[in-house]
Amino acid sequence: MIKRHYLLICFSLFLALVMALMPLPLSTDIFRPDWVLLVLMYWSLALPHRVNIGWAWVTGLIIDLATGSPLGVNSLCYSICIYITVSNFQKIRNFSIWQQAVLVGLFLALYHLLQFWLNHFLLDIYFNPEYLWPALTGMFCWPWIFLLLRKYRRQFRIR
Amino acid sequence: MNLLFGRTISLQFRLTVAVILSILLILGDRYTSGGTVLRTSLHTLVSPLLYFANVPYEVLSLGARSLQTRDQLLDENQALREKQLLQSEQLQQLQFLQKENQELRALLNASSREKSSRLIGQVLSVHSNRYSHQVVINRGTIDGLQVGQAVIDELGIVGQVTHTGTTTSRVLLVTDTTHATPVRILRNDVRTVVEGMGKLNQLTLSHVPHSLDVRIGDVLVTSGLGGTFPEGYPVAVVTSIDRDESVPFAKVYAEPIAQLDRVRLLVVLGKQSLENRND
Repeated sequence: MIKRHYLLICFSLFLALVMALMPLPLSTDIFRPDWVLLVLMYWSLALPHRVNIGWAWVTGLIIDLATGSPLGVNSLCYSICIYITVSNFQKIRNFSIWQQAVLVGLFLALYHLLQFWLNHFLLDIYFNPEYLWPALTGMFCWPWIFLLLRKYRRQFRIR
Repeated sequence: MNLLFGRTISLQFRLTVAVILSILLILGDRYTSGGTVLRTSLHTLVSPLLYFANVPYEVLSLGARSLQTRDQLLDENQALREKQLLQSEQLQQLQFLQKENQELRALLNASSREKSSRLIGQVLSVHSNRYSHQVVINRGTIDGLQVGQAVIDELGIVGQVTHTGTTTSRVLLVTDTTHATPVRILRNDVRTVVEGMGKLNQLTLSHVPHSLDVRIGDVLVTSGLGGTFPEGYPVAVVTSIDRDESVPFAKVYAEPIAQLDRVRLLVVLGKQSLENRND
């Protein structure tokens, strides 16, 4: 029974990974929301005793490998973001959906700044305000992801 | 579930472990290089994911191709035929020139140029880290690919292989900020190094003295120094020169010759020639 839950969570993460890797036209690529982190955040708020830092670390490593960034960067940023959501899940759950969206936007901005900062040391890049667009688009995607995944969780009774 | 009385490991401890592991990974990845077994197997692990993410693009391009009209195909066929005719004429000359060059080199007692193996690869359209310029190709260690092989398209140098899996590999483009290519100016054989700036249409020449003989429109070809790129492939064309005497070096910018924004089919050059030359 427990295995079924993990398989269903894995499946949603797999879809998010595919969406994160799918090619987009160059003009819209800078707005691509961080699907994987959003889905991880949902699960960490809904089932904090199942999905927490370990999942974030492993998923981050997969993202690192699949997008060719220096290994460990995304694992570190994901772990920190998921730590924040998991340790405050009871507070965050009580907010309305749009308040949650604003908070998630802040977490996403933190993720992008951390990621930029690490890449700045490793790859010698410079800051471009464009790098923060996904935080904004991710914020507007949160309510839809939240409702969709809640439906998914209730439909399959993932607990 | 009972969250009020946690019997599991505390979150703080988990975070500490995750952070330490990540930092070890980052340092390990930064200070080791090359195609180690661990790295190759890790990249092999995500290959299916990359192939899966590439499917929608393949389906769309297949649909677009099957919708082409007969006239379009005939036109394209005609154009390709003409191009092939012109190139085969040049090829006839090439064989003669190659032979002559070999004989002249033999007369001069210079080492002869070895032919290297070539492999055609296709770019998988998957999203890569946006802080660096890379593409994924559908060739890996089972096709004999190694880290450090040069990659070209029909016009010029594209980049080099940086990570290999069994069925996919990652190619770092010449425009990436961490990439530098040893080149020489075709017109006068002056050697220099051209570096990426993180822009797809611009490269910069590093440490160019003001007195260096370089002009706008000069073609930069690989010099063969450094051992990664074979000699003589075109890399970039000089587009702007700023000789401001108040700064120590002249600013020289160049535009890559290869069409880096629309790479699709690539040729991976073999490494054999280099090993032979070292003998």
